[in-house]
Amino acid sequence: MVKKTLSNVYMTLIFLFLYLPILVLIILSFNDSKTRVEWGGFTLKWYIECFQSETIMTAFATTLQITVISAVVSTIIGTLAAIGISAMKAKSRAFYLGSTNIPLLNADIVTGISMMLLFVKFVDLGFVTVLVAHITFSIPYVILNVLPKLKQANRSTYEAALDLGASPLYAFYKVTWPEIRSGVFSGFLMAVTMSLDDFSITYFTKGAGVNTLSTMLYTELRKGIKPELYALSTILFFTVLLLLLLVNYLPNRKKSTTVERV
Amino acid sequence: MKKALINFVDISKSYGKQLVLDEFNLYVRENEFVTLLGPSGCGKTTTLRLLGGFETPDKGQIFFDSQDITYLPANERKLNTVFQKYSLFPHMTIAENIAFGLKISKKPQAYINDKIKYALKLVNLDGYENREIDSLSGGQQQRIAIARAIVNEPKVLLLDEPLGALDLKMRQSMQYELIRLKEELGITFVYVTHDQEEALTMSDTIVVMNQGYIQQIGTPEMIYNEPENAFVADFIGESNIIDATFIEDEVVEILGVKMPCVDKGFGKNTPVDVVIRPEDVELVDPSEGYLEGDVTSLIFKGVHYELDVMANGYEWLVHTTKLVPVGSHVGIKVTPFNIQIMNKPASSDEEAVEIDE
Amino acid sequence: MNKLKRQLLAGPYLVWIIGFIILPLLMILYYAFFDENGSFTLEYLSHIASPINVHAMVLSLELGVAATVICLLLAYPLAMILNNLKIKNQSLIVFIFMLPMWMNFLLRILAWKLLLNKNGVLNTVLMSIGLEPVMILNTPAAVVFGMVYEYLPFMILPIYNSMARIKKDYIEAAHDLGANEITIFFKIIIPLTLSGIISGVVMVFVPALTSFAVSELLGGGKVLLIGNVIEESFMQGMQWNAGSSLSLVLMIFVMVSMTIMNIFDKDGEGTAVW
Repeated sequence: MVKKTLSNVYMTLIFLFLYLPILVLIILSFNDSKTRVEWGGFTLKWYIECFQSETIMTAFATTLQITVISAVVSTIIGTLAAIGISAMKAKSRAFYLGSTNIPLLNADIVTGISMMLLFVKFVDLGFVTVLVAHITFSIPYVILNVLPKLKQANRSTYEAALDLGASPLYAFYKVTWPEIRSGVFSGFLMAVTMSLDDFSITYFTKGAGVNTLSTMLYTELRKGIKPELYALSTILFFTVLLLLLLVNYLPNRKKSTTVERV
Repeated sequence: MKKALINFVDISKSYGKQLVLDEFNLYVRENEFVTLLGPSGCGKTTTLRLLGGFETPDKGQIFFDSQDITYLPANERKLNTVFQKYSLFPHMTIAENIAFGLKISKKPQAYINDKIKYALKLVNLDGYENREIDSLSGGQQQRIAIARAIVNEPKVLLLDEPLGALDLKMRQSMQYELIRLKEELGITFVYVTHDQEEALTMSDTIVVMNQGYIQQIGTPEMIYNEPENAFVADFIGESNIIDATFIEDEVVEILGVKMPCVDKGFGKNTPVDVVIRPEDVELVDPSEGYLEGDVTSLIFKGVHYELDVMANGYEWLVHTTKLVPVGSHVGIKVTPFNIQIMNKPASSDEEAVEIDE
Repeated sequence: MNKLKRQLLAGPYLVWIIGFIILPLLMILYYAFFDENGSFTLEYLSHIASPINVHAMVLSLELGVAATVICLLLAYPLAMILNNLKIKNQSLIVFIFMLPMWMNFLLRILAWKLLLNKNGVLNTVLMSIGLEPVMILNTPAAVVFGMVYEYLPFMILPIYNSMARIKKDYIEAAHDLGANEITIFFKIIIPLTLSGIISGVVMVFVPALTSFAVSELLGGGKVLLIGNVIEESFMQGMQWNAGSSLSLVLMIFVMVSMTIMNIFDKDGEGTAVW
């Protein structure tokens, strides 16, 4: 009993540690006070101002574009690569997996700098270079989410489909895809997360004109933060939370309805 | 008779609403090879886990060497378990696995080394000390698991379907190995299985269980030849279980025909079940049999033929070494000694069941 | 599709690997060893030994190790508690620990700055119950605190995953062979979660060692880590060669960590990834 209570207290403390800053930001986004620490009454003005600030809206738009495009592209390249890798012999497999580990394990700052050094040789830093960088560090997450699913996927079912006269593409769509779908999906989510949260790599590859939310924040933080940003991040946080909850519960609902129909 | 080493007294255990054991009583004698036999969910594994110390009963007591061990933790019990799925520690070599228990009891290194050698020899795997677990076959892993248990010199070895994951050939050779081990070590074995052949081959005593109740305790011969109820008869081997009437001592009426039998004491004109093993059904000339019937199917089984004979509205299962073509008209005869009379089931757990095996 | 054709699907990725993973790393090597005129030099490499750099490197290592050890000590008991909850839906756990990452990490660190401030929430609470206020901000301790906060999930998840994979049978077998809880912990649970521990250590140590934003924000410019030195040499000083040679040192640290991880990660494909 004592052990149980201790466990619960400990778990609560860790959750508090992880979520306390988020709680603070959410509270501050409604705080009608110039000094950040004191509570000056409830207000929604930061939410209104945040939508009127051009700097914030531009950075927000850039972030969205980069996140969506990089996640989609890296999911496609990564899924194809995972299928390719799963068909490989040990040696080439090791090469691919080793290379996949590089951006995953290398220091963000080194990854960012190395790409910057390459990019400045050929193009001006800007939107495209950030995009390429994001795709590069997102692909490994996709691959490592899809590969285990491919391993679990029963190879003989795919071959059985071919045997029954399905074209390879049809067999893939009907047999393999359903088995790896969840992996592709979680890979995509991971890519979105990493892209949204990235600061270091964007910082080095972005050049002068472009800003994502992260890099804008970094500059702003030195000047003193604007409360509009709390509002924006609160909105983002709850949007994402809602999306994730929807994603997690929708498939289950579908399943149960098909069961009922049967 | 040797003294009772293990004693279960009025043990009850349930998981949630499911009652697994109900007022369970059983004793095990020293040096006995006892097998708990039954379909899955009959309570046999729970019985073993209670004995091993991995579960505690809701009610009742367990005695070991006349000491109450009901709430003694597993690591303080003088018995060792061989688990269903090997459960060898994957991060240790074979020698380290075997030495695990000995190191805990702080035995000197020289003693441990000797024990490892001895145990590996005993399970016919000498020289395997430094192999990795992954490099062993299922049967080898299981033998290491046995070695790991016996080096601790337990008074009782518990085995939870240890051969369940092995193929048929391996299973059979391991059965002989276990019998040999039991004889060499002279310790008590409590063995859990759902495989009746395994139970018949190895045991001194078989405890047939169903739905948390003991159905019958006896030697393999007793269990096979004189099942006490339809469940036991049906679970142990194939049989013809037929509704019948016990007319009077040594006379039973089966499918409208009176036959001599050897049983007494079931009263007069009492409804009973009779069990007749397929190999005990004799096919004779129609004029010589108690009943007449027609062969409806014939399958060659290697050692014998398996026939279905339709007689007096019952489809008899018959094993015979003679080839009797389908459509033959035959007589059926059973020696009185081979007719086993049983009381009608008093509760659902005593009824014959369909077993998918 | 036969096997060969299927392998071709990895083609675009191969181009990507060569173009955007391998080539950029070669650029770092180039800048570290060649000057503006394209001639080979060891001069930049020798800069590494300058007092500022050495101090930054030692401090980075110290803070990185401290953050990693604290993360491990916090995460291991938590992983055990989570594992004992016997939650069927393991992705829920991943979800809970990933969720904070959806709030920008700079903002979250900023929130801690507000909480830990001289007049911040923490000190207000401390003083109201009659305790001394803590002045942790702008010290190395604050930087370690920030690192622990930021990277703790990376320690929890791999350890939790490896723990969830331990079969109950192993624990019961050890119990059966006479092991008590303490022996089971040291002889069975720790060795079997070793790959998770190593993954966690690498996933915390590498980013902690190389971070520059956390030290900038919580260290108030007073805590100079190797990441800060590199950042400055690229973004302010235009000393690309010196920066590259320092990056090379970081890469070597990372490679050593990767090698250690590969030795312990027998499955080959990484408990590194959640």
